[in-house]
Amino acid sequence: MKNTRNLLVFMTLALGCSGAPTPAEPAEGTPAPSPKEMAAAAPPEAPSNIAIEGAGATFPFPLYSKWVAEYQKIDPRVRINYQSIGSGGGVRQITERTVDFGASDAPMSDEELQKPKGKLLHIPTTLGAVVVSYNLPGIVGLKLSPAVIVSIFSGDIKTWNDRKIKADNADLKLPADPIAVTYRSDGSGTTAVFTQYLSKISPAWNEKVGAGKSVKFPVGLGAKGNEGVAGQLKTTPGSIGYIELAYAKQTGLAYASVKNQAGKFVEPALEGITAAASSVANNMPDDLRMSIVDAPGDAAYPISAFTYVLVYDVQTDATKGKALAEFLWWAVHEGQAQGPALNYATLPPELVARVEQKLHSLTAGGQPLLSAK
Amino acid sequence: MSPAEQLIQTSTERAPRTPSSGFRLRIVGEVNLGDRIFRIVTATFASGAVLTLAAMAIQMTRASALSLKRFGLSYAFTSNWDPVRDAYGALPFVYGTVVSSLLALLIAVPIAIGVAIYLAELAPGFIRRPLGFLVELLAAIPSVVYGLWGIFLLAPWLRDSVQPALAKGLGFLPLFKGVPRGFGMLAGGLILAIMILPTIASVARDVMRAIPNTFREAALALGATRWETVRTAVLPSARSGIASAIVLGLGRALGETMAVTMVIGNRGEISSSLFAPSATMASVIANEYTEASGDLYLSALSELGLLLFAVTIVLNILARLLVSRMGRMPGAGRA
Amino acid sequence: MASAYKRRRALDVLARGACIGAVLLALVPLVSVIGYVTAKGIGGLSFDLFTKLPAPVGETGGGFGNALLGTLMLVGLACSVGIPIGVLSGVYLSEFGHSRFAKLVRFSADVMAGVPSIAIGIFVYTLVVLSMRRFSALAGGIALGILMLPTITRTTEELLKLVPDALREAGLALGIPKWRVILRVVLRTGAPGIATGIMLAVARAAGETAPLLFTSFNSRFWPTSLDKPIASLPIQIFTYAVSPYEDWHRQAWAAALLLMGTVLVLNIAARMLTYQKDSGR
Repeated sequence: MKNTRNLLVFMTLALGCSGAPTPAEPAEGTPAPSPKEMAAAAPPEAPSNIAIEGAGATFPFPLYSKWVAEYQKIDPRVRINYQSIGSGGGVRQITERTVDFGASDAPMSDEELQKPKGKLLHIPTTLGAVVVSYNLPGIVGLKLSPAVIVSIFSGDIKTWNDRKIKADNADLKLPADPIAVTYRSDGSGTTAVFTQYLSKISPAWNEKVGAGKSVKFPVGLGAKGNEGVAGQLKTTPGSIGYIELAYAKQTGLAYASVKNQAGKFVEPALEGITAAASSVANNMPDDLRMSIVDAPGDAAYPISAFTYVLVYDVQTDATKGKALAEFLWWAVHEGQAQGPALNYATLPPELVARVEQKLHSLTAGGQPLLSAK
Repeated sequence: MSPAEQLIQTSTERAPRTPSSGFRLRIVGEVNLGDRIFRIVTATFASGAVLTLAAMAIQMTRASALSLKRFGLSYAFTSNWDPVRDAYGALPFVYGTVVSSLLALLIAVPIAIGVAIYLAELAPGFIRRPLGFLVELLAAIPSVVYGLWGIFLLAPWLRDSVQPALAKGLGFLPLFKGVPRGFGMLAGGLILAIMILPTIASVARDVMRAIPNTFREAALALGATRWETVRTAVLPSARSGIASAIVLGLGRALGETMAVTMVIGNRGEISSSLFAPSATMASVIANEYTEASGDLYLSALSELGLLLFAVTIVLNILARLLVSRMGRMPGAGRA
Repeated sequence: MASAYKRRRALDVLARGACIGAVLLALVPLVSVIGYVTAKGIGGLSFDLFTKLPAPVGETGGGFGNALLGTLMLVGLACSVGIPIGVLSGVYLSEFGHSRFAKLVRFSADVMAGVPSIAIGIFVYTLVVLSMRRFSALAGGIALGILMLPTITRTTEELLKLVPDALREAGLALGIPKWRVILRVVLRTGAPGIATGIMLAVARAAGETAPLLFTSFNSRFWPTSLDKPIASLPIQIFTYAVSPYEDWHRQAWAAALLLMGTVLVLNIAARMLTYQKDSGR
């Protein structure tokens, strides 16, 4: 018995130590890897795998994970590992160069851009929207104008049947219940976009609360993450909150149409988001850092936003840099087709041209990484 | 040290060392060398804990330097947490941490000790093992899962059944005033209680089981009932162990982030009502650290960690005082 | 006289009833949570879960094979850090623990128990990840090891203190050196309790997300070496649970069930290894 036990202990320890570096055999010895992995792990003659690490925003995570899987079919050597640790985390890690690219919903501020050693480029990859979602049993098609949204989230409008809400929704029978406001308790790009919108349309909000990834909301309860807000909304009748479009669609929560700058009530559909981007595409600054909330144009959804990939313009590793550049090129061209199925809006063509310019400016060792296309 | 131990120790110290004896020889003088080495080795490992803690404290202080300089003491005593305007006051979070942890202890400790007594003393054999495993299994559930259970089961149940009942029956107490929202201090305290229950119960159970049967037999021989046996023979010796179990549970409650933040409402307010939302220091750090940018903001969050350190230390000292006040009776080992 | 006995009888029944009541009360959340996880997760269990890599959204299939392996490796690393330091510290505190230094160690362990797991992650990030300029399984293991340390130390100490002095004295009286008495007699007697402490620590470490976010990061691929990012069940569960996709939610619940099952298996294994016939208790 004792000897059996000692043997078991030894085996357990040995198993624990089996994680020792075995770079030559990545997939063998472990339970059956998928055929894709086998192909990637044992290339016949080509150079070994190019491992690229990326970190950042949670918003584009589903799309990026789809992209890296699809791209691996095109170029099996490239193994990209993207993890969502938050936009702030993405900015920090790329600044420290512990990853090869970062991802952030909100563009970096000037102050943040001082820190990295080297120039960071913002590459917009896709678009999303923040929707105002609510839980009112039996009520769909709520229309909200900007002033009403500000008042609700400031606590000035307290009940659903307030006349200001009724003014835009004459056809709906709104109950007299109190409005339960929900906001994000964790810092997030979603909050940043939403508060940027509120600050832009309401000087009072800008004065009192301001915009940012984490703000002090005047009223309401905080929930963690998009899923936390969605969960709170789903289980609390009479509640209202702001979440990413994908969450509203996937959880079946109702969301409101918002009145845009041109005076039209627009639903947060993918076309509306792309329309918002294309209406400002020609006015974008050179470094492509821009907020597109409250965009002009009849079809524009007013609470839309880019999400960016952050890369250094001078890459230290030419092989990795080339693979990364080619992946990003693919992402803003062929990759865009993957977006709509996952509730991401495509980049307008005018913008893709600007992004191409940026990608051509990536270099390593003095040489541009992408051949002139 | 027991008197016998002391006697043996002194006699080994005073014995002359004989030449020519190897390390292994069990002659009284040589025994000392092995003991001394053993003592040094274990002490070195023990210092690992101290060094790690010191390193963490130092690193946290360095990271908070900016915020400490800017806000000084007002950081801990003001209530305004506004990242946009770079104004940070952490008092509501201190309140939230202390109250939620104490609430968790209040709920969990009696139940955990009851469970431990049952498992160690009263349970029939076929129940003991599976039930013990079940309790320990609770500790294996990731906090995220607790949080999700809290959002979808606990909070609605509180909002629809428990809180209205409390408001109707005990609504005159300031503790139960306010609109029942489900999410809030009560949910936070409850979920923490459930999370620390396995720790306290398992350790307390093992402590009680380790007490030799002779003690129980002595009490039974004197005609004690089962409960009196437990009360007089088991619990006093187990006191130190149970106190440590409670301290471990308190530690877990203070540092828990995920599950709490999903149900506590995340609003930095100080309110006497258990129905009101709240926020704990750990949950604020977890919520805001990954996204924070700006040196002062990050520094303020590090200072929050430092403040949590301070609160943990204070609560630990208080716990120690309480235990020593309750007195210690001679126990089986070195209690 | 008889009435005094009746009173004592009544108190006995009451107290025992209270203990049973406590157990029933504790069973409510226990059954609720475990039942909830099982109900939501059992549908997603499949052989694929253990063997495949995560698939992107929209593609069915895919699994948590790499995360399961990663968690086992991380826990193994954490144990190699936490168990030696924890148990030996506990031994020191129990056998030599009356000096000021020992009080300091005890105090440190208690305070460390209260440090939020994310703070430990940040600490190890600054110490290890920034120095190595990369995320690694090593950093994750160290972070989890630090997390486990206070629990193992204090439970070891408390359980060893309860080993009767008579056993120690008997050993010493036979002329066995003190260190040998501690290792062969005291530790062996206290082993089941120490195993509980270790299992509690392992259970917690296996389920924590925050310390791993900044240290072992996470990965889509099979683990290859200790100095690269590695996948882990809690982070994978968290990532999937916070996504909007029903398919990913289902997989997250299945993975949570998997995690619980893994810890249960480890628990049973630990019990078997430290099984002692109930003598003297």
